[in-house]
Amino acid sequence: MTIEETTFSRQTELILKKFGRKKENLLPVLQAVQGKLGYLPREAMLEIARFLGIAEMDVYSVVTFYNQFRLNPPGKHSVRVCLGTACHMKGGYIALDAWKRRLGIDVKQTTPDREFDLDTVACVGCCVLAPVTVVDDNPEGQVEPTRVDGILLAFERQRDEQADQENR
Amino acid sequence: MRTISLTINDQRITAPDGDSLLWAALDNGIYIPNLCSLRDKPGPAASCRLCFVEVEGLSQPVPACTQQVREGMVVNTKGLAALRLAGTAFELLMASEPVTCGACLANRNCELQKIARHLHLSLKPRHLKRLLHDLPVDDTNPQFSYDPNKCVLCGRCVWVSRQKAGGVFGFANRGFERVMTNFYNGPMGEISGQVCCECVAVCPTGALVLKDEKL
Repeated sequence: MTIEETTFSRQTELILKKFGRKKENLLPVLQAVQGKLGYLPREAMLEIARFLGIAEMDVYSVVTFYNQFRLNPPGKHSVRVCLGTACHMKGGYIALDAWKRRLGIDVKQTTPDREFDLDTVACVGCCVLAPVTVVDDNPEGQVEPTRVDGILLAFERQRDEQADQENR
Repeated sequence: MRTISLTINDQRITAPDGDSLLWAALDNGIYIPNLCSLRDKPGPAASCRLCFVEVEGLSQPVPACTQQVREGMVVNTKGLAALRLAGTAFELLMASEPVTCGACLANRNCELQKIARHLHLSLKPRHLKRLLHDLPVDDTNPQFSYDPNKCVLCGRCVWVSRQKAGGVFGFANRGFERVMTNFYNGPMGEISGQVCCECVAVCPTGALVLKDEKL
């Protein structure tokens, strides 16, 4: 086990102490563990299955069924591509493909440097801006592939500036 | 146990009280298409929608697995309305099924082929656009191989694994991505094949196949 995995197991154990060993507690337990760790690592799921006395597969089933649970650590910046009706018609999938290509990851994954995580949403309520991508709670309208490059470039510059200031 | 007599397709049969209509028919050699049912599995899943029959006194066709046998019940398994419902369910199922029978280990031993023959339908649906999964075949277990593309999500192996192997198999994801898998979508090689041979044996299609059948 790596150091990260050991701390995950320990933190999961601490959270589990607050719950009874009933299988009805699966959802609240998963929510509490994800609330603490930011996602549900493999070790945490094994620990939860052992604690509640249910099959490991059942925990995995529930985690993959609900959209609210993540199997990957959240990135520093979150990218949510809207695929609601309006965004779908205006080429939401083209924007999604652009994000996938530029970040080199698939939906529900995180870049290896943990800078960005990518996911889809059903509608964010600003259809007039379609196709929309929500970047860190900030809705970006008319996201075409070139806009994707622009948003990423802005983050890159921001990071460079920060690095410059730290060097000074 | 009390036995009950009923009529299916003008044939008088007897079945134990509490038996489901589906199994009463199957035990008496009357075939009704089905995928999600197993002899000892409690409760009807009624998820495959293939076992529709017409029961006298009921206005609409019903899935045979949801009906308990009743004294004097009159059943018709060949009614047009029932076969139409079953046929549509079968076509929907086959719309995302790769039909590669020639290269499939379950060829001639496949429930889907049997059902297609019974319903007089072709394996490739005529009225529906086909939408296939493109998932890798898992050949890592020494005892069996698993092709998720051929899985019809009937849940038979999931139920048996729960009874016999502590629930190593289960469903993951949702909607079209739903798939039968093991914990963390790991390779099937991680689980002991011995325990799971029984789960493999109940697969109605070529999704789970024992490897020694290859020889």
